[in-house]
Amino acid sequence: MADPDRNPWRRFLALPNESRTKTLVMAFLVSAVCGLMVSGATVLLRPIQTANRAAEEQARIEALVRGIPGMAALLEQSGGALSTVVIDIEEGRAAQDVTTATLEATLADTGNWTTLDAGVDIAGLGQRPDYAQIFLLRTGDAISLVLLPLTGQGYGGRIDAILALEGDLNTIAGIAITGHSETPGLGGRIEDPSWQASFPGTAIRDDTGDLRFNVARADASGPYQVDGITGATRTGRGVSNMVRFWLGPEGYGPLIRAIERGEF
Amino acid sequence: MAARFDIWSTLTEPLVRQNPVTLQILGICSALAVTTSLATALTMSVSLTVVLTLSAILISLIRRHIPETIRLIVQIVIVASLVIVIDQVLQAYFAGISRALSIYVGLITTNCLVLGRTEAYARHNAPFPAAVDAFGNGLGYSLILLFIGGLRELFGRGQLFGWQVLPPADAGGWFTPLGLMLLAPSAFFLLGGLVWAIRSFQPAQVEAPEHTPPADARSVE
Repeated sequence: MADPDRNPWRRFLALPNESRTKTLVMAFLVSAVCGLMVSGATVLLRPIQTANRAAEEQARIEALVRGIPGMAALLEQSGGALSTVVIDIEEGRAAQDVTTATLEATLADTGNWTTLDAGVDIAGLGQRPDYAQIFLLRTGDAISLVLLPLTGQGYGGRIDAILALEGDLNTIAGIAITGHSETPGLGGRIEDPSWQASFPGTAIRDDTGDLRFNVARADASGPYQVDGITGATRTGRGVSNMVRFWLGPEGYGPLIRAIERGEF
Repeated sequence: MAARFDIWSTLTEPLVRQNPVTLQILGICSALAVTTSLATALTMSVSLTVVLTLSAILISLIRRHIPETIRLIVQIVIVASLVIVIDQVLQAYFAGISRALSIYVGLITTNCLVLGRTEAYARHNAPFPAAVDAFGNGLGYSLILLFIGGLRELFGRGQLFGWQVLPPADAGGWFTPLGLMLLAPSAFFLLGGLVWAIRSFQPAQVEAPEHTPPADARSVE
């Protein structure tokens, strides 16, 4: 008996398309193959993507520093003394046993994160890392620029940014958005240099030391505001809260005071 | 059936005569969104053509075994997986452009053009004709994207592929960039103008009016 039905695969293919078995098995097979394809591509390409992102971040930091008026010249002058320090955020000083190389591994441990109470968590983070990598630019012995990485909650998701403060630690020298998922064309315009151009020169605190910085609803009024983006009120509020949180007592507040005391 | 398959006409028909964008008005959303510059339009065109061709081949290969009841889901799953793969490749090797295209690569999945071709053609034809048809349609889509992208970049910035072609006024030239060209409405205007131009040369493409005005409306005139 030459039985072609011996081979289960052929027997399966010979089933009518409408049969329940074939429908289920086809659905399973297609999903399995597609799943393999997608996870294969993701896993194989991840190292390249990570490297890309790191290179991009490095280029951004340099572009940020060089883009600030007079900074390129300053960098040349001071011999490019752009240094990086991992700090302990709560203590406001350089971290003892965490370096740039081990920072990522340290932060993978949830024990190195601090849960934030709802009252102080204005940036909507939920928790905050205990360590962060910051960049300092020195002219001679004096710090002329501090670059602080920020994270906040925008409208579409997390916003990552780097804020540059001038040596007086009260004047914004510039901002670079390193990652966001805001609506393209609306909140996504936080990436535009034209919007970011309203940051330099903006002051953060008034004479009494109160945090006054915010993103305006429309055009900026006063020395503590930057322009808002039409149609992206929540993105603006997100950026506002992000800067206010990170420059406040739960963020880089201790660090800023330490720099002011001359500890760096 | 295979004997009557004409590669050349299958490939060239979708370029103008059966263009998926201007005749069937498919894939408009992405055509408008990514045409602010030639580079993004080109990347989007290539990505879509690759996804379309590959998915047509895959679906055509299993066409005799796709159960009728779940055929749309099967096709969408295949298309979506290919799109994710392409997106990952772009993120790995063309990080800058991938950033500029943001969500639109992911949205190739929902581009009616892809499902339209696999559903209408690949599901009923052998892999090779299906691939040729899909490639032709991809080219048709690319043609429109590059045309609109070229016009918008040229008049919006005075550039082509990032090269300054027209000397801008603020650098001592004569050209004042038309900011409107970089906004979404101008893509509608250009596409509308293009459809109108193609249909005046090819009256066969003009659609029959769906509604005729009531007779008494005319008698009032």
